[in-house]
Amino acid sequence: MRAILSVIGKDKKGIIALVSTTLCKNDINILDISQTIMQDEYFTMVMMVELPKNMVMQKINAPLQEIAKELGVEIRIQHEDIFNSMHRM
Amino acid sequence: MLNINEILQTIEMIKDQHLDIRTITMHLSLFDCIRDDKTKCANLIYDKMIAKAGRLKSVGDAIAEKYGIPIVNKRVSVSPISLIGSSSGGYIEIAKALDKAAKEIGIDFVGGYSALVQKGMTPKEKDFILSIPEALASTERVCSSINIGSTRAGINMDAVKLAGNIIKETAYLTKDNESIGCAKLVVFANAVEDNPFMAGSFNGVGEGDAVINVGISGPGVVKAAIQRVNGGDCTEIAETIKRTAFKITRIGELVAREAACELNASFGIVDLSLAPTPVRGDSVAQILEEIGLSSVGAHGTTACLYMLNDAVKKGGVMASSHIGGLSGAFIPVSEDIGMIEAVKKGALSLDKLEAMTAVCSVGLDMIAVPGDTSASTISAIIADEAAIGVVNNKTTAVRIIPVYGKNEGFVEFGGLLGRAPIMKTSAENADLFIARGGRIPAPIHSNKN
Repeated sequence: MRAILSVIGKDKKGIIALVSTTLCKNDINILDISQTIMQDEYFTMVMMVELPKNMVMQKINAPLQEIAKELGVEIRIQHEDIFNSMHRM
Repeated sequence: MLNINEILQTIEMIKDQHLDIRTITMHLSLFDCIRDDKTKCANLIYDKMIAKAGRLKSVGDAIAEKYGIPIVNKRVSVSPISLIGSSSGGYIEIAKALDKAAKEIGIDFVGGYSALVQKGMTPKEKDFILSIPEALASTERVCSSINIGSTRAGINMDAVKLAGNIIKETAYLTKDNESIGCAKLVVFANAVEDNPFMAGSFNGVGEGDAVINVGISGPGVVKAAIQRVNGGDCTEIAETIKRTAFKITRIGELVAREAACELNASFGIVDLSLAPTPVRGDSVAQILEEIGLSSVGAHGTTACLYMLNDAVKKGGVMASSHIGGLSGAFIPVSEDIGMIEAVKKGALSLDKLEAMTAVCSVGLDMIAVPGDTSASTISAIIADEAAIGVVNNKTTAVRIIPVYGKNEGFVEFGGLLGRAPIMKTSAENADLFIARGGRIPAPIHSNKN
C-alpha cells in the first residue's frame, strides 16, 4: 500500500532524520521525497512511502504522532488514493 | 505522479477548511422483521441492526485513519416504521429497540421512525403518527419524519393539519430539554429515499437490504475557493464552486465504496450537501457573503443561493455516477453561525428564509419559533413549504421548534444542533384554511405519462 506522508511546521534540525528512522524501524520504504521551506520558516515535506502489505495505518500513525509532538510539527500519513481520487480522473 | 501542490491543497482542505465526511449512513430494510407480535418484532429489529451495523463505528474510524479525513458521524436509518410496525402495532416498542441498538452500536442517531402519507393515510398510519411525540420523548437517538406531499400526489392537508399538532405535542413532551424532540422531527414534501442526513433519513421501500450512503460536506472549502477568485464575474464564481464540488465528491465516492465493501453492504449514493456546523468557517451563510452580500438575508441572497446550489449539483454529478440524497446547500439556522448572526441583527427573516428554500436543497430547517405559536400556524408554515416543493418538483422540509415556555431570546440545543434565535411568525392566522383538511390536487405538470 502506498501512502503520502506530509510534515508541516516550523523548520528545525533533524526532522528528516527522525522521520526516516521511524519509517525504517517500521519496515516502510521511502519511494519519493520532496521538501521546501515556505515563507522563509515553514518546513513542508511530502514523501511517498510503501507500507508493508496488510499494515494498518494506525500502526505507523501512532509512532509518527509521537515524533510529531517531539519535533513540534504536524505529521500526516494518508493512503495515496485520497489524493488520486481528488486530482486524477 | 501527484505534485506537491495538489497534495498540499487536499491537506489544507481537511486541516484548515473543515472538509469532512459528514456521515456514513447504513440504510437497512426491516421488511424481514415484520411480525404480529410486538416483542418479537422489536427484538428482530434490534438483532438485525446489531448484526448489520455493529461494526459501523470501527469501520468508519479505520477508514478515517487510512485516508486522514474526519468522518464525523456514523448513522443508521431503517424502513419506515409506520409500515414495519403496522402488523403488530408496537410502534413505541420498536422505537425503544432502535434507540437501544443505536446506543449499543455507539451511533448518535437512527432515522426511519417515518410515515409516507402524501396522498392518503390508513388508520394504522394515523395511529403511528400519533405515537411520534411519545417515541421522541421516550428515546434519545431516534429521528422521525413524515412525508405529507409530492409533485405526483399533491398535498395531503389532513396530514399537514395533524403534523402541526404532533409538533406542538412533541415540544410539550420534551419541554424540559428546550423542546428538543422537534429537532428530531422533519416534515417533508417529495422526501427522498436515500438521504443519509438526519433527522430526515429513512430507507425507502424501493431500496436494498443494506446500503451505504455517504454525506460529504465542506462549506469552508467552497468559501476559501471563492476567496481566491479576485474580482471574477458570476460565471467564474459558478465555475469555481463546480470544480470544488467535483473534488469533494470524489472523496465521498472513495469512502462510500470502501465502507460498503468492508460492511458487506451495497454502495448507494454520495450526497454532496454543504452542511454547516456551528464552527466559524463552516458556514453556508458565509459563502453567500463571500460572493458579495453584506449579510445573508440581503436582497440578492436567493440568487446567490441558487447559483451555489446549482453549481454544487453540477460538480457532484460529474464526479460520481451515483449522486443522490439531497445534494445541494443546507440552510439550517441554528447550525450555521452566519445565519444566527444575520437573524440576530435583523437581516434575515422567516419570509426571506422561505424564499431561499425555493432554490436550496431542503427547506426551513432548525428554526425556533415562539412556544405559543399555534398548531394551525405551524401547519400553515408546513403547507407553504410543501407548496414550494410540490410545484418546483424538489424536496422541501420543515424542522421547526416551537420552544415551550419561551417566546423570545435564544435556545441552546448543544452539539451539532447548535443554538437558535427564536424567530417571529406572522401575527395573522390561517386557522380556517388548515381546518378545511382534504387534499390540494397535484400540479398540472405532474401529469407526465
